[in-house]
Amino acid sequence: MSDHKTQHPEEQKLLAGDPDTTGHVWDGIKEFNNPLPRWWLWTFYATIVWGIAYTVMYPAWPLVNGATPGILGFSTRANVAEDIQRFEDMNADIRTRLTEVELAAITPDDNPDLYNYAIQGGAATFATFCSQCHGSGAAGVMAAGYPNLLDDDWLWGGTIDDIHLTITHGIRNTDDPMARYSEMTAFDEILSDEEVASVVQYVRNLSGQDADATLAAAGESVYLDNCAACHMDDGTGDRYLGAPNLTDAIWLYGGSEDAIEHTVRYARFGVMPPWSADASNAGRLSEAEVRAVAVYVHSLGGGE
Amino acid sequence: MLDYVKLLILGLVAVCAAIAANYARDVAYLVHALLIMSAAAITFIYVLRNTGEAKRPVPVDEYMDGPVRAAAIATVFWGVVGFLAGTFIAFQLAYPVLNFHWADGYLNFGRLRPLHTSAVIFAFGGNALLAASFYIVQRTSAARMWGGGLAWFVFWGYQLFILMAATGYLLGSTQGQEYAEPEWLTDLWLTIVWVAFLALYMGTLMKRKEPHIYVANWFLLSFIVTVAMLHVVNNLQIPVSFFGSRSVTVMSGVQNAMTQWWYGHNAVGFFLTAGFLGMMYYFIPKQAERPVYSYKLSIIHFWALIFLYIWAGPHHLHYTALPDWASTLGMVFSIVLWMPSWGGMINGLMTLSGAWDKLRTDPVLRMMVTSVAFYGMSTFEGPMMSIRAVNSLSHYTDWTIGHVHSGALGWNGMITFGMLYYLFPKLWNKQRLYSLRAVSWHYWLATIGIVLYAASMWVTGIMEGLMWREVDAQGFLVNSFADTVAAKFPMYVVRGLGGVLYLTGALIMAWNLYMTVRKSAVRRDVAAAAPAE
Repeated sequence: MSDHKTQHPEEQKLLAGDPDTTGHVWDGIKEFNNPLPRWWLWTFYATIVWGIAYTVMYPAWPLVNGATPGILGFSTRANVAEDIQRFEDMNADIRTRLTEVELAAITPDDNPDLYNYAIQGGAATFATFCSQCHGSGAAGVMAAGYPNLLDDDWLWGGTIDDIHLTITHGIRNTDDPMARYSEMTAFDEILSDEEVASVVQYVRNLSGQDADATLAAAGESVYLDNCAACHMDDGTGDRYLGAPNLTDAIWLYGGSEDAIEHTVRYARFGVMPPWSADASNAGRLSEAEVRAVAVYVHSLGGGE
Repeated sequence: MLDYVKLLILGLVAVCAAIAANYARDVAYLVHALLIMSAAAITFIYVLRNTGEAKRPVPVDEYMDGPVRAAAIATVFWGVVGFLAGTFIAFQLAYPVLNFHWADGYLNFGRLRPLHTSAVIFAFGGNALLAASFYIVQRTSAARMWGGGLAWFVFWGYQLFILMAATGYLLGSTQGQEYAEPEWLTDLWLTIVWVAFLALYMGTLMKRKEPHIYVANWFLLSFIVTVAMLHVVNNLQIPVSFFGSRSVTVMSGVQNAMTQWWYGHNAVGFFLTAGFLGMMYYFIPKQAERPVYSYKLSIIHFWALIFLYIWAGPHHLHYTALPDWASTLGMVFSIVLWMPSWGGMINGLMTLSGAWDKLRTDPVLRMMVTSVAFYGMSTFEGPMMSIRAVNSLSHYTDWTIGHVHSGALGWNGMITFGMLYYLFPKLWNKQRLYSLRAVSWHYWLATIGIVLYAASMWVTGIMEGLMWREVDAQGFLVNSFADTVAAKFPMYVVRGLGGVLYLTGALIMAWNLYMTVRKSAVRRDVAAAAPAE
């Protein structure tokens, strides 16, 4: 590929009525000697004047110690603090009452305004802090270990006090010593493969799913020896230990044969953080907020 | 003698890189060391094969167009790569399932996003600027490029930088500063290449045969000088180990944030604005065959632009830990910058006075003019978004993404396409482009793509800004973050479709330029014009 000679191509031709050029030519390109457009220049000046005025009004020019504060006394931090304070003041009374009234008495009939506030505040707090696991509609995540809060199946109890306790301290965490704690045994090295297979069929049978009748029958004794202590003889579970009810169609980690076998062999260990700032250092919510969330969750449909 | 010095240095570099690869503490560093070793070894063999051979005399009266051709081809290649990555990650946001499990840690959104931004800004835009700089500085100086083979070093060195940056992103090597993600080793290499670029540019300007320096060169020179300064200051890092890619920034906290956005904003200001204005100032008068509208305007808006741009960075940090005074200054300088930015638009558009009819017949010129229109639009939108009150709504939303893309796709993309359509026939001595119809198709696909992109991001951006700040009567937030994500889904699909259109246009261009080189008729009048002096 040969390269081009260093040379001028033809100069740009001018048209009749064209303004003067500056007389320079580069590679054929010329430049007109047009003045600055007036509207452009005056708008430019106007922005400069505005800019100087604005820096007089607002904090702007850095000095040795600090900066010019501006004559309007503007401060973004002060604005935020003011905004927050406005709502704090507005809600101060109702927040105090929310922490004082019996939880069970926060109902539409007994305390309509308090109930209304708790539902609104609880929903907003839930959306910010709880929806990551329980979903923005509180339906949890099926078969992934995030409980659905809309149904009436409760692992640790569904009265308003139970829910409040769960939110305050969380479940199976090590940040809050008051968190309720239990741990399912991993039976992988305790039970033989045949025993695991039979107890899986037994559990399937408990919840009314298709099951191998022979294996299920063989699994009964395995179940009673190993599982009934927590899940109860009839499989209805124990809320004191957070042991799930195995007789219904609701499965926290899935009810398929594979999922149940995995649970039996390796166990499950769902953790929820503590939320009350009063109860532990890891908590991030005030008592009023914890209570509001409790009222909100209780109202979702499954509250007892 | 010089060849033996070169061989010695290249051999040393290759051996040192091999040793570094052996001691590498992380995969990214290992890959980078191997890349440097291979590059040095290949160059070593190339130099060795030519050592002792009779040297071809340097044709002083010829322009050096080899590196321009190479950079033009690289522009097309990296453009397609960058647009493809962008379109893919747009769909990853709409359909998270595209973050494949098997590619976790390599091809998920977080790894591909910096790959996309760097591919389009530094690989596509950077090569376009190399091609433009090499071409324009020679033509408007009527002189061959200074420094012998230095232009080739700059070109290949820059490609090595791109490869190191890209592999680094995929392997998780990042210093976490937007548009400045590459870590210390890659940064050092780019510094060397950039200094060579500056020397080459200055050297060529100094031996120019024209009495004055053309306006395009002011802009290109300011781009090269300022990017050097920005790159060095924002990458003041201390490596954790000589054999690892991790490094720790010298500044911390809000000082680091301010430096980062001083850099980030001026990457836009000097890389994507000043550099591309240099491109505009050469290729629009050329394609329109009309003189530049106003010399006076070009002087005033050049100095105003480069003086004001450098102060506008703090508007990226409104409502953060940045003190209010810095935030105010950033906003004021951004608004005063409005008219100097528009000076370029006026000079670009008004250069067409007397040639407006060409827009009907010349799709290449139409592309360039549309790019200037998008430039005007985004340089109005930018100052507007820098206003604190507007920013309180727009910050962190997709509006920012839309703003960036109307500038990047509209201004940088379209002016580059226009330049490539101008350059390819010239560089390969062809009479004309292979197909003007294909240019028209490219034009419309790209324009509609941009409109879909920008419009959908305005809608989602303003929507999510409003949703985030929505509070009920008692002061509680109404929406969770997840609610806003769900609400944006349809617009994310529209944005992805915009990307598909833009990418399709670029593929048509790649085909058209390839066919131009292969099939178009050869130009015969090359030697006919008058010599320079």
